[in-house]
This record gives sequence, structure tokens and C-alpha cells, in this order.
Amino acid sequence: MSNEIKHHLTDDLLMAYSAGTLPEAFDLMVATHLSLCDHCRARAESFDAVGGCVLQEQDAYVSMSDSSLAATMALIAQGAPALKDARPSCSILPAPLQDYVGGDVNAIKWKPVGMGVKQAILPTTNEATARLLFIPAGAAVPDHSHNGIELTMVLQGAFSDELDHFARGDVEIADQDVHHTPTADVSSDCICLAVTDAPLKFSKLMPRLFQPFLRI
Amino acid sequence: MKIIHQTDPPWAKPRNVVMFTEIDTATLDEPVAESAAKPVWRGSTRFKGKPVNRQNKTCDARTEWVGHVRRIRDTQDQVAFAELFQHFAPRIKAFLIKSGSDATLAEECAQEVMATLWHKAHLFDPSRATVATWVFTIARNKRIDVLRKQRRPEPQDLWWGPEAEPEQEDVLVLQQETAQLRSAIAALPEAQRQLIEKAYFGDLSHREIASQTGLPLGTIKSRIRLALDRLRHAMN
Repeated sequence: MSNEIKHHLTDDLLMAYSAGTLPEAFDLMVATHLSLCDHCRARAESFDAVGGCVLQEQDAYVSMSDSSLAATMALIAQGAPALKDARPSCSILPAPLQDYVGGDVNAIKWKPVGMGVKQAILPTTNEATARLLFIPAGAAVPDHSHNGIELTMVLQGAFSDELDHFARGDVEIADQDVHHTPTADVSSDCICLAVTDAPLKFSKLMPRLFQPFLRI
Repeated sequence: MKIIHQTDPPWAKPRNVVMFTEIDTATLDEPVAESAAKPVWRGSTRFKGKPVNRQNKTCDARTEWVGHVRRIRDTQDQVAFAELFQHFAPRIKAFLIKSGSDATLAEECAQEVMATLWHKAHLFDPSRATVATWVFTIARNKRIDVLRKQRRPEPQDLWWGPEAEPEQEDVLVLQQETAQLRSAIAALPEAQRQLIEKAYFGDLSHREIASQTGLPLGTIKSRIRLALDRLRHAMN
């Protein structure tokens, strides 16, 4: 299922995801990509193995209270939380994104941001921003660069910029040195998940007016 | 290391039957009682490239924990759970305290993590993780939830379902490779090892962890990838 993904996450991001030190918006990006990409899932799970070793090999031993096992059995007796279906589905949004949207693409509450482009900001902690972007077939997101890091992953359709071509599952990682104009392929509308840890810098005056609306 | 294994999966066996036998290590079927005073980790017990606890005849691979999780999954075995609890709950508690929790909260969270282990026993895939790795991921998520007060998005769950199981050899090799990783971490220079620990206790941002100190993750990654391929095949 992930054979065609060409643009993957970095070791730094995967290790930080495994260690649990990323802002929530970045966790959402990683979890969404791993749902589509077994290559990165295997890399992430090997970083989890490091965490397992660290957990096992701690130098300070802390004992549990005498009643802790009984208390845990009582917790267990309260019943299991509901579990999600693990079978692969035909949805456009992978399971972790559906948890934030409340359904598949039809449930996304788009807000127009001009020139046919729409977005939906997802509810995460404010250290970083996660949003879904809708770019009409053949349209472009305004030319911009970044103060921090911006990750963009394709969920439907594809886009190209000055650097490369990105299709479903591919992640573009852009930092302050990247100055790009992502343009959707003409064949279909493009839906992306975009995560940023700092506001974007737009190059032209016009799009700058959109920035408060875009919240990017 | 030569591996001898039997054809039936270990969880199909009654208790106290030898499940895996490895040359050079003691049998793994008997749960080893933990003493609260037992020193955990290093001191004079570190051996480069060898199982850490070799001298006291227990094997770090501890594949019997896999059998424990299966027993919980298949028969809601409370004895197996109590043994897992005795081993892992204090480690989870210590992990959470080092991550910035106070002792009372850490105790509560450790109980909740162990309860989650019970409820999710059917999701554990020993061809992709050791029990310690799996426990770490549950404890880490609890830490993010409780200490950082944020949601933790996780990838879509993948599991074998009721009609299939991973290959026993895949399970054994993954468990052994993780034991080797553990030895490799133990053998790192002190400063590097502390850097890794701090990272996983949540003390460092990822930018401070330079090049992951050259840990041997390639084989584990390939092994997990193979297990995922087989799982995908079984699911389709």
C-alpha cells in the first residue's frame, strides 16, 4: 500500500514522535503518514524499541504501593474502552485524521481563503498548527517561505512545486530556506494536511492580507 | 545464535512447558520472581555485546512475557497479569517520575497503563515489538495525555485478527534483536546513553539529539518491515 510513497519523514521526526516530545500537530502529521507508509511505520517502531530498552533498564527502582495490583484489577473490571476497526478502509482520510475531523472528507468544515483555496484548521495545542488544505485542480497556493518548519502531506490528488512532485502519502518538508509555490495537478483537486510550527512569510503583498485568516 | 523452536505457537502450550530454547541461555518458561530490592541496570553488570544478566542465568530477551500477554488475551489469566504487573508497573512508575510526574500521579498512571495492557492484549504483535517496547508506547502515551495534557494521535491500529498469528520465528528473531539493541545501548559511553534516556524521558527536544549515536536499528527496522508486509498480506 505504501510502495509508491517517495517522500518520507526524517529520523529526527520519527524519533521525537517515538519519544513523545513533538507538538500535537506534528504528532498528527506523523500518525497520519504512518497509517499510509509501512516503511516509516517500521522506522518509527524501531525507535519505540529504544524506548522499550530505556524503560526496562532504569537505574532507580520505584516500588508500587501494596494495594496497587488490586486497584488495577478493579480498574480492569470497569471495562475496556471502545476500540476502532483495524481493517484498511477506502477512506481518503486515515484514521488519526478522521478522529480530528469527525469523519472522512465529507465531514471537513472548509473555509474559503481565496482563489478557490479552502482550509480547515484542526483543534490541536497551539505550539504548532495543523490544517487541511483544499487546492482546486491546477491552482496554486500563494508563493511563500517559512519562519519555521512546514510539513505538507498529500491525501488526495497531487501537487508540484519548484522542488519536486508529491502524491498521496508523500510529505514535503520545507524550512526557512525553501521558497515555493505548490501547484495542484490538473487531473484532480488536491487535499493536503499541512503542519507548521511558525507563521509563514508570504512574498507578495496580496496574500499577506490573507495571513490572519489562514492562521499560518 | 542457533535457534531451536517448536512448531506450535508458545501460547498454544500449557503453562510451564519449555517454549523457546536458546543455546547459551537458561530456559525461559519459568517467570522469574522479582525482588523489590533487585538492582536494575548497570553498575558492574554491563557486558559489551552480551546479555546483561547473563551471569544470573536469566535471558534479557525474556520471551516468556510474550506468552504472558497471550494468556491474558486468550484466558484472561490473572496470574500472568500479576507477574507482568510485578515486573513492569514499578518501571512504568519510575519512567513517569523521571518524566516529571509526582509519585502519587505516577502510581495512578502506572495502574492505568497496566489496565490498558490487559484490555489491548489482542493488539500486541510480538513480531513487531517486545512486551517492554509495547509497554513503553502505552506509558509514553499516558505521559503525553496526563503530563502534557494533549491528545496523542496514533497510526491506524494493525493487528492479526482472530484468525491469524505471526510466525513464531519472526517473533523470536525480533525479540532477540531487541535484546541485542538493549545490550548495545548498555554498552554505549555513559554520556551517549544518558542522552538517549533523557530523550525518551521527554527531557530533550528532538533537535538536541544529534545523530542517534549510531544505534543498530537497521536490522530491527527490516524485521518490523517484514512483519508488517506479512500482516498486510494476512489482512487482505
